[in-house]
Amino acid sequence: MNSNVGIDSMFPLPAQIRKVVWETEDTFTLLLEPDNGGSDFHFSPGQFNMLYAFGIGESAISISSDPSNKDNIAHTIHRVGSVTSVFSQLEKGDVIGLRGPFGNGWPVEKAKGKDVCIVTGGIGLAPLRPVLYSIFNNRKEYGKIFLLYGARSPLDLLYRVELEKWGKMKDVTVQVIVDRCDTSWKGHIGVVTKLFSYIKLNTANTIAMICGPEIMMKFTIQELSQRGVPPEQIYISMERNMKCGIGLCGHCQCGPKFVCKDGPVFALPQISQFLEKKEI
Amino acid sequence: MKSHLKIESRQLNILFDSLKDLGYTIVGPTVREGSIVYDNIDSASGLPVGWTDEQSAAAYKLKRRGDNSYFGYNLSPYSWKRFLFPPRVKLFSAAKKGKSFKINSDSGNASVPIMSLPNYAFIGVRPCEIQAIKIQDKVFNNWQYIDTVYKNRKEKVFIVAVNCTQAGGTCFCVSMNSGPKADNGFDIALTEVIDKGGHYFIVEAGSEKGNELMSKIPHTVAGQSEIENANRLVQTTARQMNKSMDTKDIKELLYANLESRHWDDVATRCLTCANCTMVCPTCFCTTVEDVTDLTGENAERWKRWDSCFTMDFARVFGGNFRSSSRARYRQWMTHKLASWIDQFGTSGCVGCGRCITWCPVGIDITEEIEKIKEKGGKGEYFNHKDTKVTKEIKKD
Amino acid sequence: MEKRDLSEIVRHHPFVNDLSEYHLNILISCVSNVRFAEGSYIFHEGEDATKFYLIREGKVALEIHSGEKGAIRVQTIGEGEVLGWSWIVSPYKWHYDACVIDNVRAFAFDGKCLRTKCEADHDFGYEMIKRFSQVLEQNLKAARYQVMDVYGR
Repeated sequence: MNSNVGIDSMFPLPAQIRKVVWETEDTFTLLLEPDNGGSDFHFSPGQFNMLYAFGIGESAISISSDPSNKDNIAHTIHRVGSVTSVFSQLEKGDVIGLRGPFGNGWPVEKAKGKDVCIVTGGIGLAPLRPVLYSIFNNRKEYGKIFLLYGARSPLDLLYRVELEKWGKMKDVTVQVIVDRCDTSWKGHIGVVTKLFSYIKLNTANTIAMICGPEIMMKFTIQELSQRGVPPEQIYISMERNMKCGIGLCGHCQCGPKFVCKDGPVFALPQISQFLEKKEI
Repeated sequence: MKSHLKIESRQLNILFDSLKDLGYTIVGPTVREGSIVYDNIDSASGLPVGWTDEQSAAAYKLKRRGDNSYFGYNLSPYSWKRFLFPPRVKLFSAAKKGKSFKINSDSGNASVPIMSLPNYAFIGVRPCEIQAIKIQDKVFNNWQYIDTVYKNRKEKVFIVAVNCTQAGGTCFCVSMNSGPKADNGFDIALTEVIDKGGHYFIVEAGSEKGNELMSKIPHTVAGQSEIENANRLVQTTARQMNKSMDTKDIKELLYANLESRHWDDVATRCLTCANCTMVCPTCFCTTVEDVTDLTGENAERWKRWDSCFTMDFARVFGGNFRSSSRARYRQWMTHKLASWIDQFGTSGCVGCGRCITWCPVGIDITEEIEKIKEKGGKGEYFNHKDTKVTKEIKKD
Repeated sequence: MEKRDLSEIVRHHPFVNDLSEYHLNILISCVSNVRFAEGSYIFHEGEDATKFYLIREGKVALEIHSGEKGAIRVQTIGEGEVLGWSWIVSPYKWHYDACVIDNVRAFAFDGKCLRTKCEADHDFGYEMIKRFSQVLEQNLKAARYQVMDVYGR
């Protein structure tokens, strides 16, 4: 890949905020226009950028936009720490730093000719939205699409308008489930794996892509395995503390893998041996 | 076959002077504050003449040898990594420019033109340390990204290796196949001999730069008996080594024992002080610190050494992947001896024994491996099939 | 609908998967076909748990009345799933309210009838226990995951 990229990879480039979209009370999407010196910003679904708040620090954020849209690079951000809190206060026209894209993405090529089952929880939908865009841009090349999405509550659902739109598309099944709600919610309540009861997977010809909290991914893997999806057809995106994004700082190791460089997306057999262990 | 040359000990200063003439800044062992450190030295008299060190688990002591040997000690607590991979490096400074900012890449050490970095000549690099440098060469060029801070320094360095003529109390380089004699990876390698025949160095040149240097230093071609004397010293050193580590299937052993009860046992002793990672010549983890001045207009990014033993190392918002000391010790040792092999095709351990000497509670990596073997090793957790798949994917 | 016709439909419900013909017939002997309209309640907390339901269509929400916080919905049960396990666990009382949030078509099985048959034929009883322990296991797991609040901060 970038076989001569040196420490310059640690230098953020200015990126201007074109738009801020609040998705939920504490989650927002920044549409960024990176100053790439005129060259296009290319990324694959599942890759991430390191976003820099001037003088404060960096946060690894997945890219959540359509890879074919080179002008607006979206990052959906959960406000949880000091850096993301700074981002949450920014407006259109403000500038942050961006370096990337880093990591290996989802198997969108390998999934061609197959059904795709996307299982996500919480903010985990963000890194999978580019997969959906890519599929819809080349719709004929894919079979049935299932999107199973779990969230904390109906108010925590991301991309609500799009979810509704996708759900109406031919051969696309969107199922949403929440952990808790009041009586105004007419949808499913429970854990995301429950949604498998309501769909029919052609397990031999399905590529599953999972992203969410590690515990949620674990029980989704169990469910998929029980239903007969072979491990090599299951992909997950891992989260770890990342400082450099280029496999040099050592922070993001999971067993022998550097999550930033070897992942964040892994085929299950690459990582399952370590996923089952506590505190790896 | 490499030719063996001989330098008389009294000529050693000419080696210093010649290196200086070639524009090198010399770094070598010197006695300071009760230990032997690596620092700038000017001449052979700056070396730890007549000193040796006694090392054992959690213990280090300097002692007089009773002779005039220059390299009669075993190993400094420091390793050369602090010169090739400095503990703190400024990556850039940046200034606000309206709403945007500008990176001043020319102000940071990382981007200092190669020409303005000092040309280091390392004198007294032990064979295990050469192996450590070879390992860091791989670590800092991971096939996708290159750490140019390291690369720029490494490319310019001149290495004077000194083979080991005695074994330290915590050494186990023989097990790690990294000593007590260096076969390559140096510009010149010395073996110091003091016997009835006098005090001299047997020299091998390992590079063109090494040959060039030797042409400036008065020397003779070493005689057969002198070469044999030097070889005998190195062989005796190998035999003296009383620590060892069985590295056969060590990766499989550790992967199979991720849930060994022994990690709990280590955790009762380990203080997670991170000493082992600081003294280890191959440990490479860093963190990034972003700072501003009081006005908030000027920012800097620094990279500094970090350790997998710190509480913050694997912290993410809302949690910590390795909050227990058990998990952190396991990470360090399993990485060093097992996953390192998957990552870089080599063990991360060179058998220098520093982690044993400088552990305040004397945890001995060679003993811990033995105990894991005794207690666990049934391998019920190890999934051979998964490992095979991992390998296949790596090949792509 | 005739019991014989019902058996043809019941056997396709995932719950009945792999049940022997003999035991299926015992199960069928306690079945009735039911419908519930959206907004109605299938049962209420504290009532006798006289039945369990295999949902064919629609959706039911289990509610806990928490007093000051009103009704909290903790789980939905939909097509292909099982509603109600209290018929098999003494003292056979419902613990939740079951509110229909999408028109429901279901098979209802008479609890008392089944308990008698389980006592009479322990092989059949064991089949029921196996299947309902799975329902309970799933509920327990789901409850634990929900308590963990995995998507929370």
